[in-house]
Amino acid sequence: MNGQIEPMIGRYVHVDIGGEMHRIYFEENGAGIPLVCLHTAGSDGRQWRHLMADAEFAKAFRIIAFDMPWHGKSNPPASWNGDEYQLTTARYAETVRAFCKALRLEKPVVMGCSIGGRIVLNLAIDHAAEFRALIGLEAADFQQPWYDTSWLNRPDVHGGEVCAALVSGLIAPQSPKASRDETLWAYKQGGPGVFKGDLHFYRVDGDLRGKVQKIDTGICPLYLLTGEYDFSCTPEDTKRTAASIPGARVTVMEQLGHFPMSENPKQFRRYVAPVLTEILEAQVLPKQETMHETARRA
Amino acid sequence: MMHDALMEMFASIPDWLEAAPELVSRGRFLDCDCRLGLIEKPFFASIRGGRIVEMTARPTLMRSWRFSYCATASAWSEYWKPMPRPGWHDLLALTKRGEAVLEGDLHPFMAHLQYFKDLLALPRLHQSKVAA
Repeated sequence: MNGQIEPMIGRYVHVDIGGEMHRIYFEENGAGIPLVCLHTAGSDGRQWRHLMADAEFAKAFRIIAFDMPWHGKSNPPASWNGDEYQLTTARYAETVRAFCKALRLEKPVVMGCSIGGRIVLNLAIDHAAEFRALIGLEAADFQQPWYDTSWLNRPDVHGGEVCAALVSGLIAPQSPKASRDETLWAYKQGGPGVFKGDLHFYRVDGDLRGKVQKIDTGICPLYLLTGEYDFSCTPEDTKRTAASIPGARVTVMEQLGHFPMSENPKQFRRYVAPVLTEILEAQVLPKQETMHETARRA
Repeated sequence: MMHDALMEMFASIPDWLEAAPELVSRGRFLDCDCRLGLIEKPFFASIRGGRIVEMTARPTLMRSWRFSYCATASAWSEYWKPMPRPGWHDLLALTKRGEAVLEGDLHPFMAHLQYFKDLLALPRLHQSKVAA
């Protein structure tokens, strides 16, 4: 509709990460339980625009998506001297926690996709008590590499073109063309070496095999949802990961690939809605139990 | 899909490419001799300015190529279905699962990756012409 203004609002927040202030761009919509959404490697928070604009979810959740430093509208920090960007596990976890702290979010839900899904596992291992629930999309403790990342940043290959072409195969063939193109556009727009630098965390620094069994879903529920067409993080990778985490909930999403929230938002909604409903109901349940206990005592 | 039908599909790619000017345009800076097709009987393709000027399956002596992307018959049969199964729907999904082999100097392939993905997907659009 001509003149339609979408409900999300974008702002910048200054976040202390590792002792340096970062100017972080984020968008949000809704009120209620904070739901922080983490984009995939080499992309930005726009991937979540359909979820953020969902009127029903926004009634119960404050849906927030931020651009990681070096991504989207979050610039590299002022101290950056042009060195090769490399995301590490420690830096990624610190960034997510610092962002939540800067916005004073009380026990947020964090939902991340791809590298965002991997860091969700790290958060579940080391910081579970800080979160209400954790949702990993296309998440696993380890994935078999399927290409050499050195192709992503070299002067004789167009970085935007090769990044987009590589990940294009991770989108399900059923996904609408416009959504596919929009998903790939973010990859064509990424800064030089940023996708490659994100994958440093994914491939070199973030191997969680043998570590995920420490996750206690009694402290923080963990949901893992993976698209059937994701051949980077396959459903088998996710199921193998969940098998060593008692209480982890796994959903294999049909007709979806590596970018469920942006490649086919309508199809993704079918799978994420029950998860968000369950998280919401879990907030109500303790109150009911308390009332019951109160009645018993009386 | 039968072996002969697969060969016919590959032989038709140059004509289908001519009917896709946006794809030719995407490859306008590409000049490359490469090997594409079935592992046991590949085609030699000469690409100039994004156009395939020669596509031959005939055995030729001492033919040079910069890179080669060849896959099994079952891989191409599945890849060209209107809705391929998960894991069979992308050229690099096929290499990951061991159904395709990518070798040689990969620069022209990687620098024109979407071109080659779209080029080798052209038979999918025309798949109904050949009995599955």
